[in-house]
Amino acid sequence: MKTKQKTALRVLVSVLIVILSLALLQRLLMPKYVDGIVEGAFVAEYYKEVKDHDLLFVGDCEVYENFSPAVLWQDFGINSYIRGSAEQYIFQSYYLLEDAFRYETPKVVVFNIQSLQFSEAQSEAYNRMSLEGMRWSPTKVKAIFASMKEGEHFLDYLFPLLRYHTRWSQLESTDVEYLFKTKPVSFNGYYMRVDAKPAENVPKGKPLADYSFGDKAWEYLDKMVELCEKEGVELVLIKAPSLYPYWYPQWEEQMEEYAVQKGLPYINLLELQEETGIDYTTDTYDGGLHMNLSGAEKLSRWLGAWLMEHTSLTDRRAEPELSARWEEKLSAYEAEKERQYEFYGIEKP
Amino acid sequence: MLFTSYGFLGFTAALFLLYYLLPKRCQQPLLLGASCLFYLAAGPGYILYILTTALTVWFAGVRMGKNAVEASAWLKEHKEELSREERKAYKEGRKRVRRRWLAGCLLLNLGILAVVKYLNFIIANWNAVLTAAGRTGQLSFFALALPLGISFYTFQAVGYLVDVYRGTVEAEKSPLRFLLFISFFPQLIQGPISRYGDLGKTLYAPHGFDAKQVSFGLQRMLWGYFKKLVLADRILAAVMTVVGDVGTYQGAYAAVGMLFYTVQLYADFTGGIDVTIGLAQALGITVKENFVRPYFSKSLKEYWRRWHISMCSWFRDYLFYPISTSGAMQRFTKFTRKRLGDKIGRRLPVYLSSFVVWFSTGLWHGASWNFIVWGLLNYAVLMLSEELEPLYERFHKRFAVKGKLWYRLFQVGRTFLLVCVLNIFDCYATLGETVRAIGSVFTVRNWSVLWDGSLLKLGLTGLDYGILAGGCALMLGVSLVQRGGSVRERIHEKPYWARFVLWYGLFLAVLLMGAYGVGYDQSQFIYNRF
Amino acid sequence: MEELLEILRDMHPDVDFETEEHLIDNGILDSLDIVSLISEISENFDVTITARDIVPENFNSAQALYDLVRRLEDEG
Repeated sequence: MKTKQKTALRVLVSVLIVILSLALLQRLLMPKYVDGIVEGAFVAEYYKEVKDHDLLFVGDCEVYENFSPAVLWQDFGINSYIRGSAEQYIFQSYYLLEDAFRYETPKVVVFNIQSLQFSEAQSEAYNRMSLEGMRWSPTKVKAIFASMKEGEHFLDYLFPLLRYHTRWSQLESTDVEYLFKTKPVSFNGYYMRVDAKPAENVPKGKPLADYSFGDKAWEYLDKMVELCEKEGVELVLIKAPSLYPYWYPQWEEQMEEYAVQKGLPYINLLELQEETGIDYTTDTYDGGLHMNLSGAEKLSRWLGAWLMEHTSLTDRRAEPELSARWEEKLSAYEAEKERQYEFYGIEKP
Repeated sequence: MLFTSYGFLGFTAALFLLYYLLPKRCQQPLLLGASCLFYLAAGPGYILYILTTALTVWFAGVRMGKNAVEASAWLKEHKEELSREERKAYKEGRKRVRRRWLAGCLLLNLGILAVVKYLNFIIANWNAVLTAAGRTGQLSFFALALPLGISFYTFQAVGYLVDVYRGTVEAEKSPLRFLLFISFFPQLIQGPISRYGDLGKTLYAPHGFDAKQVSFGLQRMLWGYFKKLVLADRILAAVMTVVGDVGTYQGAYAAVGMLFYTVQLYADFTGGIDVTIGLAQALGITVKENFVRPYFSKSLKEYWRRWHISMCSWFRDYLFYPISTSGAMQRFTKFTRKRLGDKIGRRLPVYLSSFVVWFSTGLWHGASWNFIVWGLLNYAVLMLSEELEPLYERFHKRFAVKGKLWYRLFQVGRTFLLVCVLNIFDCYATLGETVRAIGSVFTVRNWSVLWDGSLLKLGLTGLDYGILAGGCALMLGVSLVQRGGSVRERIHEKPYWARFVLWYGLFLAVLLMGAYGVGYDQSQFIYNRF
Repeated sequence: MEELLEILRDMHPDVDFETEEHLIDNGILDSLDIVSLISEISENFDVTITARDIVPENFNSAQALYDLVRRLEDEG
């Protein structure tokens, strides 16, 4: 009897050691995204929010670098959040939205339609950045299965240790520092850059063999429309004013047609340069791909005004609790601005 | 399903649970079901091939067995009435019937193997001959896919058939049991080529959960995965680089390529067999060893007794002996001894039979001249050392070095180098490239690449080399310890926590250093394609 | 028996065939030896050893080999 108990105890302790050490190892080896490519940490950061947003953005870098929720609050009293991630594919946008709806139901959702160009995931690395941060739920499982490329395995998502098992040779001090904690990397999902690089010699789009969007892309756009309808959320489709990747007129045609057919507002910001006041010599930090702070704030002002006029969004600046929360966020936002102006050696406008 | 895929691990785990949870009478059907599933996963059409082989060989076996039993019963009954000559004649008569079954069944199954594996090779050679003769009318190739493990299961089936014919095993009466013997999934991909008399002893018996056997089996699998994933698949990158571009990688590079390939082949093949034997052991089934520390051999002859044993002994028992002891060969021996003298006359038949065996061994490895030349080179070296035997003896009489440690090490090193050179024949794309690479070792003087950092440009980093060096040292150490008995048995005697640290450490090594997942191809086990 | 021992000694003068019981397992007799042994035996005795008889049990010692030859003679 005694030896039996001893064996059972030994087995139990061994199993515990194995599970704990593997869990620790997994935490250690997973990328932390606290510096460098901070976009990888965006999806997870959402869960720290108090979830009573009125406006949610979904999409790729064309939303998280182009719109600033801070301005939307300051100027219009819109409480918004951007669920953006690098090269977020449309099915990922859909599932991230579905995921957000598990916690809150906003009044308005803005989706940037650039990602319709891809019907399938293009890169495993981008899949990782959009999916890994999601909390486990049936939605995440569906998102993974919709995203996996050939040769990818669900098991690698379930146990990311299998994916990152060779990272031990590239560990950095931040991997230890942020083993059990995180650090804020965005401003309600906004990625701030203050430096500028004018757009010059933007390459023209190469002619394509087929301009029609893929079936899977359409399928998920339909699903997104249905989901918003079901939840009573107003959906606004936009095309951010990024000069590159090239937005083909043929694509624009399909989008306009779709918006009319579904009775949805569709705004192509590329065509509204005059109204938004975007100046491609000063408002982009990488030659026309993404807006810098100046560009993002201009766009936010224009979009905020449009949303206040055309949707049911209301000014919530009178709510003391929410205002207090934003007060804190705004001071962090201002502090980051200062830091970056200094870092890039730029005169404060 | 590759051994290194998640699918295989999941499949094995599921089988394992069912195997020990369900009543024991379910074990055999479960194994058969699992084997068929495993086979179907490779492609649904292929299963027809293995079913054909299994059914025909099973049927011929049953008929031969019945014939033999009837014959001996009849003889017993009529023993008194018959003269010795009559008995002999009766026996011969019945045997002839058995031989017909044997021949027909062999012809069919080896024919299938020949068609799917060698038809296109034969056509290619025929076309080459036509071209050389300046004739037109080239034959076109057939699009035939090689069914999974056909070389292995065909040989296993043929071995069984011959054993039944010889009367060394009893014919298996149940077709399902026979199918399980042929298709037992752990050894389907890369052998070993088991004998019915060996595997059958434990394959069909009910197995209770034996904690020691199960843990020993799992330990062996882990060790196999270590060799395969950490070492073989890592060094593969450098081997592919060197072998893929014979124009660039000459001289010292070619030598390094040979050494690396020899390491890879060992880690890959013995690792795969470790997984096979370990898995079988965890299921309570004994599969015979296929390797006995082959790189410790002191001669090529010894090497071939210790490397891929199941294949070598197959060729020996089912090809070499039948040819060399056949009536025709005996008559030939008598003839040559009379004409050419005792010495040559005695050897000629052996050399002739060996030639056939090594030609076939080469051909079995693959339908290409690389392999045939590889086989014949082995043959040449073996026969040459046989011829030089008197010379060696004189040398050893003169100098008392035999058995001394340094001399033994010299012998081992010499054999290892020989094996390195011979092995590389199945690596380069063509024979011409192989010869060019080997030649360059002697003509191109670029030995500085060994230390000037050029080796870091072959697809391996310094860290990779470190891991490889450590892993090779570990393999060497294990082999050295193994000479004194089972390594797992020794570890088993250690206290629990020491064992835990050791095996968990090995597991972590595979987990963290294994070449799997994104960024690594699931490189197939080298022996898959044979 | 003596005849058989002579054949064996002729092949490997340095082996004590009267006591050695692991001729195959210890690698003293290799396949080439076995083939020449078989042809010698078929010369000197009136038996045919076929491939089916070549198993270690029959070749591990001179005694075992002798028994095999006797058995084959009996079977005729």
